[in-house]
Formats: sequence, structure tokens, C-alpha cells
Amino acid sequence: MEKSAFFNSKLLPYLLLVPQLIITFVFFYWPASQAVWQSFLREDAFGLSSEFIGLENYQALLAQPEYYKAMLTTLVFSSLVAVLSLSIALLFATQADKNLKAAPVYKTLMIWPYAVAPAVAGVLWIFMFHPSLGTLARPLRWMGFDWNPLLNGNHAMTLVVMAAVWKQISYNFLFFLAGLQSIPKSVLEAGAIDGAGPMRRFWTIVFPLLSPTTFFLLVVNIVYVFFDTFGIIDAVTGGGPAGSTTTMVYKVYADGRLGGDLGSSAAQSVVLMVIVIALTAIQFRYVERKVQY
Amino acid sequence: MVEHRPWNDIIAYAILTFGVFIVAFPVYLALIASTHDAATVVGGNMPLSPGSHTLDNYYRAIFVGGSRTSREPVGHMLLNSLISATGIAVGKIFISILSAYAVVYFRFPFRKTAFWIIFVTLMLPVEVRIYPTYKVVSDLHMLDTYAGLILPLIASATGTLLFRQFFMTVPDELLEASRIDGAGPFRFFKDTLLPLSVTTIAALFVIQFIYGWNQYLWPLLITTQDSMQTIVTGIKKMLTTTDELAEWQLAMATAVLAMLPPVAVVVFMQRLFVRGLVETEK
Repeated sequence: MEKSAFFNSKLLPYLLLVPQLIITFVFFYWPASQAVWQSFLREDAFGLSSEFIGLENYQALLAQPEYYKAMLTTLVFSSLVAVLSLSIALLFATQADKNLKAAPVYKTLMIWPYAVAPAVAGVLWIFMFHPSLGTLARPLRWMGFDWNPLLNGNHAMTLVVMAAVWKQISYNFLFFLAGLQSIPKSVLEAGAIDGAGPMRRFWTIVFPLLSPTTFFLLVVNIVYVFFDTFGIIDAVTGGGPAGSTTTMVYKVYADGRLGGDLGSSAAQSVVLMVIVIALTAIQFRYVERKVQY
Repeated sequence: MVEHRPWNDIIAYAILTFGVFIVAFPVYLALIASTHDAATVVGGNMPLSPGSHTLDNYYRAIFVGGSRTSREPVGHMLLNSLISATGIAVGKIFISILSAYAVVYFRFPFRKTAFWIIFVTLMLPVEVRIYPTYKVVSDLHMLDTYAGLILPLIASATGTLLFRQFFMTVPDELLEASRIDGAGPFRFFKDTLLPLSVTTIAALFVIQFIYGWNQYLWPLLITTQDSMQTIVTGIKKMLTTTDELAEWQLAMATAVLAMLPPVAVVVFMQRLFVRGLVETEK
């Protein structure tokens, strides 16, 4: 798409672009290329000297059992969060899409957690389920369940998943509701005349028509789980216990900061960049399809 | 819906009320915890009704800080969060409206290149390039400064894409008419385009303010002095002492204070928020 009317100034457009280009180069391209470059270097602990070691950082990374563990953790974490938050949000959105008088009120009451910072959400959930003082941990213990997310890896993962899902429901709800409202009512009426009940109409008409929204949300949710949940993990578990909630992004942070291994951290950054670019590419192919649709 | 059955509505209300309950309960607990004294909260038998230490807790959280952790009072962190969130929102709007104007309303060599250079930044959030960015900011002596908190988070394409999309919907006749009236690029921008963009600017501001306010990893890395902490990073630091010593009632008061501004923005500017959210994702 191009404008047919435009200005012909020679210098002005460049001046307009300068602020964004400077910031983009200084804080985006320069660090990103540094990450790639650093992934081929070995630095001593104080950052005083470095030597070029080719792909050794990558080889070391791929030889690390912890890295595969982090990959697996990321996979488990993102599939659980995506599936749970999408299905719960879809359930709520289908209810809010019914002709209810109070629907706008419910909408407001559902969407505000979007504004809660991931780190704050993490603090709220660890407070609720803290083994010694959590209000909801007490009934669990009372029922004889030895709940301890600070020591048990599976419990920690459950807690992190719950916090991440809680935070993402509002976003998915909003987009599902918009998607539902854009489905023409005449299609549903036609289905009803043909004798399809509410459930049948949902699975054969609504759900297929909603698939572009669902797919879009799936990609967005995966990106969310990859990056925005850092604050949740750091607040709830700090990657523990024993690395059971260390995702790939958390490991970039932990290895670089706590371990001081910048080369490995940079190599991990590069691997993540490749994954994100692939995800974005998938998203764009989908966006094109939506335009035809 | 097609057929109207009363029980259908009742089920819907029941499910939605349950949903609202799930969504609100963690926050309700935090609110309650912020009204009790330390012993009640840590004892593990906190009642589900408000206590009597509300004013005391919030006063201490905002002006005094924790007694055992010797952290900064939250009042200052709130100010830091406000400055950096506003800075991120305004900065992003400023640079992206200018670049979108250049890309849409001018023809010049390397126009497409410039657009792609900006566009690529969409793909890589700051978390991926965190240490190299840290190094750049430290080399520029911007650690523990507002510039360091703000500038690296401005480097993204969402705003530019949003404004570009909006400018494309502005009818060409407006530009032609202003040109006939003798308006140059500055006049057209100031008198025609900017007034038309007010809603888009406001929507972007709402989204970016929330984004900026909720930043965690970046402020955590580049602030070494307590005086530069933002409130979201501050809460976590209140809890890093051993759990028995952590002052949960103050941490929860802080959590409530940290949630209040962005949640208020979403609730009171819901229209702009929804618009901003939906349009930045296009």
C-alpha cells in the first residue's frame, strides 16, 4: 500500500527518521550483533581478556544436560500455559458473548489482570501458596497433601503455570470475545434452523470460524511464555528448586549473571533469537492467510 | 443467541462469576494481607477479612521502608516507576510518529530499507539480548539513570507500525487540500495529521505506559542503587531475605500500590486500552 500524495523534501524525511534509527542502532542492532559475536568468544571471569573459540560455546551448550532440561522445561511450561489459558479464556468468552445484561461489567472484571506486572503476579501466587503461610496451602496440607513448591519441582512448576495462566486469561479473553462477536449471527441461526443444538453449533460453526483468532493467540501466548513470564519465575521460584523451573530465557539470565559465563549466555541468546524469528515467520504466514480470509 | 432459555443465562452467569472470582482472589488476598500486622500474616492463619493495620502498613511501606530489610521506602520507587513508564510511553510515541510520518508521507531513497531496519526489531524482545544491551548502557554511563531505564525499551517497532497503519487510512485528499492551502510538511503534520491521531496516540500511550510500568528484568539489571529502583523490582527485593524475616504485609501493601496505577488505567480508559491492544497486534 502506498500513498499517491506525498511531499518531496530531500532532507526532512531523514531528519524525521534519525531519532528512531539512532536508538534502534545503539540499543538494538549493536547489542544483538554483540550477542552473536560474543557467542564465539571465551571471556575470563573479569571480562579482561577474550579469545576467539569458534563454535565451542555452542558445542559446550549442546553437551550440557541442563540445557536440554531447560528446553524440556520451556516446552512443558509453554504448552501447559498456552493450552490452559486459551481453553479457560475461551470458556469465559463464550459465556460473555451470550446476550447478558451484565456482560460489559463482566468484561471489565475479566480484563484488568492484564495490567498486573508478571513479577507482581508471581508474588501474589507465591503468597497464596507459600508452604508455611499461604492461605490456600493450608487446606492442601490439611487434606494430607505434602505441598511444598519451594522444595518440590513439580509443585513449583504447577505454581508457576497457575500464575502465568492467571495473568494471560484476560488477554486471551479479550481477543476471543472480539472474535466471537465478529461471527455473523445469521450463520448461527441457520445452524439452529437445521436443528443443531448449542454444543453442536459451537464445535461445527463457532470453533472453526474462530480458528484464525485461536492460532494468532497460540503464537502470541508462546511468545508470552518465552519472555514475559521471566518476572513470574523469578518471583515465585527463582528458577528452582534444582533448576526445575529454569526456562531457556531464565537460563540466559542465570548463566550470564550468577554464573558469569557470558559466552554461553550469548550462545543461548542466539539460539533464542533463531526460535523467535521462526515463530514470527510462522505468525506472518498466518497473518497473510487472515487477509485472504 | 438463537434460542432463549433462562437456565442458559444462569449457567453463563455462574461460570462468569466463578471466573471473576478466580481472577480477583489473589488480589483480594493481597489487599487483606496489607491490612494485618506481620505476626498475623506470617502465622499462616490469616483471616479473610480486613484487619486494623491498614494505615500503619501503607504509611510504613510508602514513607519508611521495611525495618529489617533496610530497603528504600516505596514512595520513591513509585516516582521512579512513574517517570520511567511515562518516559517509555512518550519516547516511543515521539520517535515512532516521526518515523511513520517520514515513511508514509515522503518518497526518498532507502525508504523501504529504513522501514525494514525498524521493522526487524519487532522480533527480538529485550530479554534475548539482555547482557550486550547492559554492556552498551554501561559503556554509555547510563546505569542507574532514567535514560538507561527508558531508552533501550523504546527501541521497538510497534509504535511505528501502528502509526503507519493509521496514516494509511487518512484520505489523500486531506494532504492535497492542505497543499492547495499552501501548507508544508510541518503545517500539515501539526494542523491536520496530529489532531487526527489523538486517539491513536492515547491508545498507544495506555499500552506503553502499562508495558513500561511492568518492566522487571531490565530495571533489575541496570539499577544498582536502591534509590533508582522501580516498584516492581522493589517488591521482589523485599522478599529475598529468608521467608520468616520477610515482611509480607509490607510486601503485599507494595504489591497493591504497584498494581494500582496500571489497573486504574485499564479500568478507567478501557476503550483506549482495548483499542491499543488490538491495534498493536495487527
